[in-house]
Amino acid sequence: MSDFVGTGTLVRLALRRDRVLIPTWIAVFVVMAAGSAQATMDLYTDVASRVEAARTTNASPALVSLYGRIFDETSLGELSLFKLTAFGAALVGLLASILVVRHTRAEEESGRLELLSAGVLGRYAALTAALLVSTGTVVVLGLLTALALIGLGLPAAGSFAFGLIWITAGLSFAGVGALVAQLTEGARTANGFTAIVLGVSYVLRAIGDSSSDGKSEWVSWLSPIGWSQQIRAFAGDRYVVVLLPLAFLALLVTGALALIRRRDVGAGLVRPRPGPAVGAPSLRSPLALAWRLHRGSLYGWGFAFLLLGLLVGNIASNVDGFVTSDSAREMVQKLGGVQAITDAFLSTEMGMVGLLASAYGIQAALRLRSEETALRAEPLLATGVTRTRWLASHVLMALLGTGALIMIAGLGSGLSSGASLGNVGHQVPRMLAAAAVQLPAIWLVTALVVALFGLAPKLVTASWALYGLFLLIGQFGALFNLPQAVINLSPYGHTPRLPGGTFTLTPVLALTAIAAALLAAGLTTFRRRDIG
Amino acid sequence: MTSAIVVSGLHKSYGATHALDGLDLEVTTGEVHGFLGPNGAGKSTTIRVLLGLLRGDEGDVSLLGGDPWRDAAQLHRRLAYVPGDVNLWPNLTGGEVIDLLGRLRGGLDPKKRDDLLRRFDLDPTKKGRTYSKGNRQKVALVAALASDVELLILDEPTSGLDPLMEEVFRQCIEEERQRDRTVLLSSHILSEVEALCDRISIIRRGKVVETGTMSDLRHLTRTSIQAELSAAPNGLASLPGVHSLDVEGNRVHCEVDTAQLDAVMRELAASGIKSLVAQPPTLEELFLRHYEDDSVAAS
Ligand SMILES: Nc1ncnc2c1ncn2[C@@H]1O[C@H](COP(=O)(O)OP(=O)(O)OP(=O)(O)O)[C@@H](O)[C@H]1O
Ligand SMILES: [Mg+2]
Repeated sequence: MSDFVGTGTLVRLALRRDRVLIPTWIAVFVVMAAGSAQATMDLYTDVASRVEAARTTNASPALVSLYGRIFDETSLGELSLFKLTAFGAALVGLLASILVVRHTRAEEESGRLELLSAGVLGRYAALTAALLVSTGTVVVLGLLTALALIGLGLPAAGSFAFGLIWITAGLSFAGVGALVAQLTEGARTANGFTAIVLGVSYVLRAIGDSSSDGKSEWVSWLSPIGWSQQIRAFAGDRYVVVLLPLAFLALLVTGALALIRRRDVGAGLVRPRPGPAVGAPSLRSPLALAWRLHRGSLYGWGFAFLLLGLLVGNIASNVDGFVTSDSAREMVQKLGGVQAITDAFLSTEMGMVGLLASAYGIQAALRLRSEETALRAEPLLATGVTRTRWLASHVLMALLGTGALIMIAGLGSGLSSGASLGNVGHQVPRMLAAAAVQLPAIWLVTALVVALFGLAPKLVTASWALYGLFLLIGQFGALFNLPQAVINLSPYGHTPRLPGGTFTLTPVLALTAIAAALLAAGLTTFRRRDIG
Repeated sequence: MTSAIVVSGLHKSYGATHALDGLDLEVTTGEVHGFLGPNGAGKSTTIRVLLGLLRGDEGDVSLLGGDPWRDAAQLHRRLAYVPGDVNLWPNLTGGEVIDLLGRLRGGLDPKKRDDLLRRFDLDPTKKGRTYSKGNRQKVALVAALASDVELLILDEPTSGLDPLMEEVFRQCIEEERQRDRTVLLSSHILSEVEALCDRISIIRRGKVVETGTMSDLRHLTRTSIQAELSAAPNGLASLPGVHSLDVEGNRVHCEVDTAQLDAVMRELAASGIKSLVAQPPTLEELFLRHYEDDSVAAS
């Protein structure tokens, strides 16, 4: 039992540190679910309109791979929340694992945990406390969501099942967080591993869900997010599926505890190897240093984007297979034929890829701030390096990095859709163009980070909140009937919809100009402010 | 005599905290200048202003003849800085950091680099996150000392070094002095400053309160005197520079400003000295006086 001494203290400490973060997140999720349900109920008042909406959704490979299938086309609850089932589960999973890493590895890395371990702390105390905080958070989040849905008049059993979808996703990824936190010495790397697991889970369920002939449906069962979806809230409420994520959590936690027994405080399982005793001749500029700092994560993201592009292109070429029933065929005709639907799918997916690439851009630009607060900017700026050059080195990594990522995804999707449609020469340039038009919006969001970094460095992480806001506006703006002026706030809404849509130069130029202005504002204010 | 650093009337506040309150500092070219002061006195803040990392609110700052805010990058090529808290990039080795910083300053002497690595007993192949605090400090020190620059700005460079390494550091600074390099050395370690510095400045609550050579400052200290006389002293109490005088019959105990020692000894001798114990002045006293005032003021 002495291994767990101090767990209670650590739980209280963590809750104190996160007393704003956790309630905020819980509120965001509950409001998101309740808002989405309310809006849908207002929109679809009779069964017939719901069935039609559900059928249209299920006939669209873009929507099915993105959000998952609607299992019961008559169900109001399912229609209300299908956009938040897999997608929301992924977000809850992210939250849960970040919480675990934040209170284990990040603490260990900063040395704070060592300070505490020197007092009386069992060796499992930190992990146990982090898991209690994380799982407690998702359980509360799920239960409150269920209550909110019941309050809106949705069936109680289904509402609880929906809460369980989010809770189970949180539990699975709390387990993932527990394990990855033991593997590496850096919290950043640990979160990177989690993101990869999350991405792979999302893609696996996308493959399974969008399987047109049902042959590869089993792939969804390889994914923790897939398990959560299979609870099928409002469409059977299969509570028994909950056992799967619970077993997964138990397995991962057992593994993590075993790893803790075998390693020292502060160390990871992956021991760092010694490196070169002298700097390579090329390591002589801020840009060379920035490349060293960013390249690892860029390679990882690049690989993920290649797979994502190939996958998107591959699903696109299956659109034909979706059209199995007569009613679906009719719908396809109404929507402009197979070519138009394929293009619509590809342009939607390219938009999603653009959102993901922006996350990379934000993260890369935030390096500026983390380098500054970790006091690693100071020694560089005390050499012959000007502030402009230092800032430019990281900004360039963010801008070129997002450019490379989106073009890789464009190339991948062009190759795979072209290969199966038999027109690679035609499809690759189209998809590259579709990728390239995403860039101005991505750069604008990245530039927003830089502007905040110069103007209000303490608020720079608010860029994630702005990004989340743009994302919500894009996903739910129309559903919530937001005024056009608000919808227009999101830069992503102004991107030309390629392939298939018409390309207009004005929005692209406007977005680019705003991005440039934000960068200039960030640079000039950074040159005038104090470092630190 | 030219000055490497001239600061006059410098003010800097962080919101409500007035970190620098009219600070004056002058560092002559070629000297090793000690910069002493209690925690939170404003040493690091002064250094950051000197490096153009912070902008002073008021006052004039000149560094190597230039304006550190306007000409930061050009001036930085002529100096090397060791921060108080050294943080390294987790994935770069110590050797890589040393070379990178050296090259960004405009080159470092490879022979000197290897020599310093050996003397500081530093393994350059380790990754940043695996160094201990002392070893991180050594990485920054080697990078600074191996650079070919005119001015070294060192903010508590020996914090975290073991006594053996402190000794190596002292030798290195001694060598720098012989090469006529200017050094600004902020420190808490009095013996270090006493051994190394030509002149020192003591800073307290954002102001320099004493500045001068070691012997100037010794003058500011007090010698403690205990004497047994043939007769009771009479004129002692009226002499300037005599403190906490305590006379018991023929026995006298007092503290004397070192500058006034001569007059006091004459007075004592006039009464006939039977025995005399004089405690030599230490800088520690002067220093503690300032430090203690500070903690009294703080509490
Ligand atoms: N970034 C900051 N924001 C707000 N206050 C600060 C900041 N940096 C320093 N201060 C305050 O300014 C004052 C001077 O701090 P400074 O770091 O210059 O002291 P110091 O002499 O270097 O102390 P030490 O010996 O502890 O290193 C302190 O009161 C400190 O709390
Ligand atoms: Mg300091």
